[in-house]
Order: sequence, then C-alpha cells, then structure tokens
Amino acid sequence: MINKKVNTVQEALQGIENGMTIMFGGFGLCGIPENSIAEMVQKGTKNLTCISNNAGVDDFGLGLLLQKKQIKKMISSYVGENAEFERQMLSGELEVDLIPQGTLAERCRAAQAGIPAFFTPAGYGTEIAEGKEVREFNGKMHIMEHAFKADFAIVKAWKGDEAGNLIFKGTARNFNACMAGAGKITIAEVEELVPVGTLDPNQIHIPGIMVQRIFQGEKFEKRIEQRTVRQRQ
Amino acid sequence: MLTKEDIAKRIAKEVKDRYFVNLGIGIPTLVANYVREDITVEFQSENGVLGMGPFPFAGEEDADIINAGKQTITTLPGASFFDSAFSFGMIRSKKVDLTILGAMEVSENGDIANWKIPGKMVKGMGGAMDLVASAENIIVAMMHVNKAGESKILKKCTLPLTGVGCVKKVVTELAVLEITPKGFKLLERAPGVSVEHIIASTEANLIIEGEIPEMIID
Repeated sequence: MINKKVNTVQEALQGIENGMTIMFGGFGLCGIPENSIAEMVQKGTKNLTCISNNAGVDDFGLGLLLQKKQIKKMISSYVGENAEFERQMLSGELEVDLIPQGTLAERCRAAQAGIPAFFTPAGYGTEIAEGKEVREFNGKMHIMEHAFKADFAIVKAWKGDEAGNLIFKGTARNFNACMAGAGKITIAEVEELVPVGTLDPNQIHIPGIMVQRIFQGEKFEKRIEQRTVRQRQ
Repeated sequence: MLTKEDIAKRIAKEVKDRYFVNLGIGIPTLVANYVREDITVEFQSENGVLGMGPFPFAGEEDADIINAGKQTITTLPGASFFDSAFSFGMIRSKKVDLTILGAMEVSENGDIANWKIPGKMVKGMGGAMDLVASAENIIVAMMHVNKAGESKILKKCTLPLTGVGCVKKVVTELAVLEITPKGFKLLERAPGVSVEHIIASTEANLIIEGEIPEMIID
C-alpha cells in the first residue's frame, strides 16, 4: 500500500503558491472541502484561479477567499448566491469565466481521463461558442472544449483510507468525483480517514491512484444553503 | 390569468408515465407537486441524483442530499447518486425524457434566453445550456410579459441566448404555445383570458386556427 496520509491540513496544502490554478469540489455548499478553504484563508495565498461550480456564499465556502480578495479569476457555471462576488465581478476586480455546468464537469473529467479535448452541443449558437471550433456530428452542431489544466485539485469525501481510496455520500459526490485526479496534485479531505483494509474495494468511488494526499478534516460545519422542509400531516 | 401554481399544474399534464424528468429552479420545481398519482415518474437533478422525493420533514434534513436549487430533499426507493460528469452524460445521451425550465425570453424559432442580462444580472447558466442543447422535449414555464408589461414571447430574443431552436412548448400565465416550423401556435388560453388579450400581449406572430380552448388546470 502506498500511503497518502498527511496529518494536518497545513501539510496537505504545501506547495500551493500565489497565481496557481486550483480546482475545488462541491456543488453550492454541498461537499466543499471546507477545512482546506479555511486554511487557504489563513495562508493568504493570492491571485488564484479557482475552478469550482459555484463561488460559495458571502461568509462560507469560496466566498471566504473572495472576501480576502485572494481570487483573481473564477471559472464556474453559476454564481448567483454571492453578493460580494457580484460586486467584484461588475467592478472588474474579478475575472469570471462562466461555462455550462456539463461542460465544466466534462472538462474536469477529461483532465482526469487524459483526454485533451472533446465536442459537446452545449452552448452552440450562443456567446459561449465564440472563437471555438465547431463541427457537425450526426446532423447536429457541436463545439470543441478543452480539458482543464490545474496545479491542484482539492476534493472532499465522506470516507477515505490511507491509500487515498474515496467514498462519497449522497449528492456530495458532484464535482468531487470528477476533479479527483484532474489536477497535477489531488488533495482529499475526508470526514473519516480509516486504515487500509477497512473499506470494501467494491464500494470505492475513486481509487487511491487519483489522490496524492489525504487527511481527516478537523471539523465539518456542512452548512445548508436552502433548508426546505415539509410539515408532518 | 394563471398563478405560478396553475402554470405548474398545467405543465404537470405534459408529464407522462415512465418519464425521466429534469426540473429547473422556480415554477418548474412546483410541477413535481402536481404530477398524477397513477403514473410513475423519476425526477433527475443535475447535481447528481435520480429518484428525487419530496422535501424532508423538519429535523431530517441532510446537508449531503440536495437538489440543483441547493434545497434539501429526500430520495425515493430506487434512487441513485452519481457525479456531475455522469449526470450530464445521461442528459446529453438523451436518457432524460422531459426538461422543464424557466426563461426570460423565448423566440418563435425556439431560441431561449435565461442566463444573463448584460450589465445587470449575471448569475451564470448552470446546467441550462447543456440541458437545452441535448433534450428533445423542452417545456418552458414563464411569465408572458415582464413587469413593465412587455412581451417575453418574441420574434427574436434580445438577451444572450442559452440555446437555439430547442424549445417545443411554452406555458405562461396567459396561454399554452407550441413552437412549430412556422412559429408560435396558440393551443390553449388561460381561463377567462381572451385570444385578443393574448395577441396584444405577444410581440411574436401567433398562428391561430379555429376555436382556442380554455386550459384545463385541475
């Protein structure tokens, strides 16, 4: 077994420098690597390009890095819940690249899978397609999109073992499973880090080869963005 | 004139037995409440769940189980979770039978705009561009006119497009419209709303053939 375990979040994030491109897993606040984000705020690393489906909310998730103006550019599909984000974007302080969610996911997956580019129909005929190669397949128009290139991918899983094998829970799998292995170095923070041999190999979602560093997060707030409930009859 | 709930009720009639359905945020989400009980439907949410159930009871919310609107949800027996790339794979490969989403503008050739108002509102397209580019059956739930009373049913969209030539049907507070190769065809009118009212509220040309029936909501 090749051991990927590191003991602290500080150790896990070693080598992250100003100006790097970093992928963050999660959808909204669901499944975000919150311990790593908190440590990034502490480190104060700047001029980051962040690839993440969303940009957090004002006081949680990547919103914390936005507040400290640590992010130079966001690559996302939807950023509607963050007032500070909107302010920085409209004032031109923040570069923003909005891309269709399926394209975002597939550009991560392509990087993970060693595919340099692919064709998708998403965005054909819209401003997203401007400047991109267009090709017709089976009578339908598609545009070419490229795999992401990221220095680090930071993902969050429910359980992991010291070999870096990951298991996700519920819809927290989202972009985490697409980003694992999609950066030069993948860091996994997990709710529960177990010794090898504990997890059933049949149940592993992401094999440890995709993960270079794994650690157990100190605490998980797991904030709910839209708490919706129904009443008991 | 229909309420948002009425629009959802009318769209629910388009949901057929054994359909896999993706619901957008807003009015489309309400459609799930009005699907006939004697048919079987599975709801897909693009953040990675198939077999979505109702909202959880208070105290049973799970931060790890949400829909694409970031709302806490439950799952039904037979549900599954998957990652985002897989989720859009099933959308692009047309496994999802019906997509219901909102719009700011729709044009008579089926173009849709719903993600950006330049200089004012830029929230992003989320999964809408992927959905409209691949889905074969797209129904739009929207208001017929904006707050200033201007038509959002247009000859040509004015806002940045989300997709081209993709919308099949539009349900508004005033009417049900079908998009045909010749443009918008008026299929039904809201209870108490005249054809003249609909024509006056619509910038695009309307194809009107014979008597236009009132919508049946319940």
